[in-house]
Amino acid sequence: MSRARWESAAHAAGLVVALLSAWQVLFEFAGTNAMAPPIETFAYLGRLLATAAFWGHLAETMSAFAFALAIAIVLGLLIGLTLGLHRFSSDVAEPILIALYSLPKVTLYPIVLLAFGLGMPAKVAFGTIHGIIPVAIFTMSAVRNIRPVLLKTGRVLKLDPWAMVRTIVFPAALPEIFTGLRLGFSLTLIGTLLGEMFGSQRGLGYLLMTAIGLQNIQVIMAVTLLLVLFAASVSSLLIVIDRRLHRRIP
Amino acid sequence: MHAQVLLRGVTRVYSAGALDRPVHALGPIDLELRRGEFFAVVGPSGCGKSTLLELIAGLSPMTEGSIDFEGRPIAGSVPDGVGVVFQEDACFPWLTVTDNIAFGLRQAGTETGELRRRLDHALELMGLTEFAQAYPAQLSGGMRQRVCIARTLVLQPRLILLDEPFGALDQQTRLLMGDELLRLWRDTGSTVLLITHALDEATMLADRIAVMSARPGRILEIVETRWPRERDSRIVAEASFGEITGRLWRALREESLKAIGKKAAGA
Amino acid sequence: MNRAARYRLAAILGIVLLLELLCRSGVIDRLTMPPPSVILRDLVLILASGSMNKAMLKTFINVSIAFGLSVVIGVVLGVAIHGWRLVRQGLDPLFATYYAIPVYAFYPLFIVLFGLGDVPQILIGFMLAVVAMIVNTLNGLDRVSRVLLKTARVYRLGAVATAMRITLPSAAPYLMTGIKLAVAYAFIGVIGAEFIMSQTGMGYEISFAYNNLDNATMYPLILLVLAVSTGINVALSHWEKIIMQRRGQS
Repeated sequence: MSRARWESAAHAAGLVVALLSAWQVLFEFAGTNAMAPPIETFAYLGRLLATAAFWGHLAETMSAFAFALAIAIVLGLLIGLTLGLHRFSSDVAEPILIALYSLPKVTLYPIVLLAFGLGMPAKVAFGTIHGIIPVAIFTMSAVRNIRPVLLKTGRVLKLDPWAMVRTIVFPAALPEIFTGLRLGFSLTLIGTLLGEMFGSQRGLGYLLMTAIGLQNIQVIMAVTLLLVLFAASVSSLLIVIDRRLHRRIP
Repeated sequence: MHAQVLLRGVTRVYSAGALDRPVHALGPIDLELRRGEFFAVVGPSGCGKSTLLELIAGLSPMTEGSIDFEGRPIAGSVPDGVGVVFQEDACFPWLTVTDNIAFGLRQAGTETGELRRRLDHALELMGLTEFAQAYPAQLSGGMRQRVCIARTLVLQPRLILLDEPFGALDQQTRLLMGDELLRLWRDTGSTVLLITHALDEATMLADRIAVMSARPGRILEIVETRWPRERDSRIVAEASFGEITGRLWRALREESLKAIGKKAAGA
Repeated sequence: MNRAARYRLAAILGIVLLLELLCRSGVIDRLTMPPPSVILRDLVLILASGSMNKAMLKTFINVSIAFGLSVVIGVVLGVAIHGWRLVRQGLDPLFATYYAIPVYAFYPLFIVLFGLGDVPQILIGFMLAVVAMIVNTLNGLDRVSRVLLKTARVYRLGAVATAMRITLPSAAPYLMTGIKLAVAYAFIGVIGAEFIMSQTGMGYEISFAYNNLDNATMYPLILLVLAVSTGINVALSHWEKIIMQRRGQS
């Protein structure tokens, strides 16, 4: 590995150590009735992962998340591409999308429940509405910002519309689209999880809510830890890819 | 020699601009490009030179008049056999030099052997063989333009349109690129239309030079250089070089002042 | 109003009209959603009766505290971290992956630590907002042009004068972006937390109305929250645009 890579790996490791230490210190202050320390939490998580019942919940959350993410990406890309290719439409739509982005979408949750009923469809819908907006916004912006000369080159080469999108529009817009996908990933996870926190009898969100009711510190901490680990690791991977893509296209 | 490109009464008017007034950008223009010639267009900034190029390329629609390419009218799309090199860097940043140059050939479904042959030839011609696997971001501005020129050349267009292709380069590089352009022109036998603001460049490269007026651009004069076909940048030393460039500037000076809103003091 | 804005207004009105028609004609049944005109009427009634004033005040106060804290602490931390290269490099991966982590997952933990009062809500809002403020402060400080700082030295400006007259105005657009995000996140955090588990505030009232099948209260409240959040966001965006345009940075 190059020197720079060693350095950033060292920094990341240092950060992890710092966070774990802070956790331990916080535990010393808060006491066993409020928190569990790192080692104990990891151990508990390990035990949970060995339980079939837990895997049932995990599978529920993951499948809801996967569905929501797939829909959010496909629809978001379509909306973004369509709007981005037509200047006036994107002028009209952009402020609306940005306003939707900063809405506290949790307030829409009751509407989603009323429309979709309890259970999986509501969870997926809620996750989707969280994730679709950044994908659409970033895709739209990426397509709009393609340098005109690249599109003109396509016309000189007499590319048909599908070839244009496939060989010029998409590759040129990819770095920014990917950033939108990355945000879409994170937000869809949050949305799916929120959706699970009520109106559901299964899944990690449900586990968290019941754990609050039962004051089950270990479950709360273990599940939170699992979510943090999952989100952080996938997100880091996506960031690495994001940086690579942006380097190739300044 | 018959006309390969024929413009008759061509105008371009942009309707309802930001000021809600139509903008008369160009014309009327009558112009004839002869097959195999090197034709340059000079003019003050804003006179519509680039617009003229886009009209001939079929990238922009004309408001009035007609343009015929090889006997057939141009109607809203780029005709077959026309290549364009733009002013801005048009390299696809996500493709290597090789993939950039091969792009048009691949889109046209060219057979692999022929593709390879043309590709290697273009790489060699433009001095890019060493950089075949590099990405545009790793190259200088001049080299990127060479990639764009190579990309156009491999398709063997019969008419090559260049819109101030060397605008972003320093003077010495421009002179060398001019030499290369002449060499390519002789090798391929294509007709070349070059838009430039640099008078010496036009004089050095072209058989005929059109001088355009300030907006709305019309052709004021066409100057013939009568250079031999085998020429290169050393032609700047010829006596007639200064005369021709002087003639261009005399015609242009007043128009240029008009373009920046001043009146010429003395003729 | 420019052309795009007119189309936008028309599009929004069109959607509202469509909803009205769908609701009145029974395609969307009354149990799922009442017509927009009825929602608006009910909202006016609720506001006039003052029955929600307590909840509105509570949410408003919590959001303001979360927002205020995040801006102040965010800027202070941003300035501190900016000067400390090692710490910044260490924290970079944290900032990058921060928004991937479902912060709501910490909510149960906060409840256990701080009880069921206002603190968990404010803390969630703060946690979401503060990082946006830090990141944008760092961004803004990064982009203060070196030539302007050199000019400050030629004029022999002291540290405080440089900060106030050069650094701050230079970084202002980015600080503005941070503030805009902080407001949105404070809203999302506090109202989301109120919704999940709280006894007071707008989020709670919406959740309560939902659980009691009280559409006549629920929808107007949702509309109110959406309207306020959007209104603030639009106002801040407008202000941000003006700052950017004045500097030719739009």
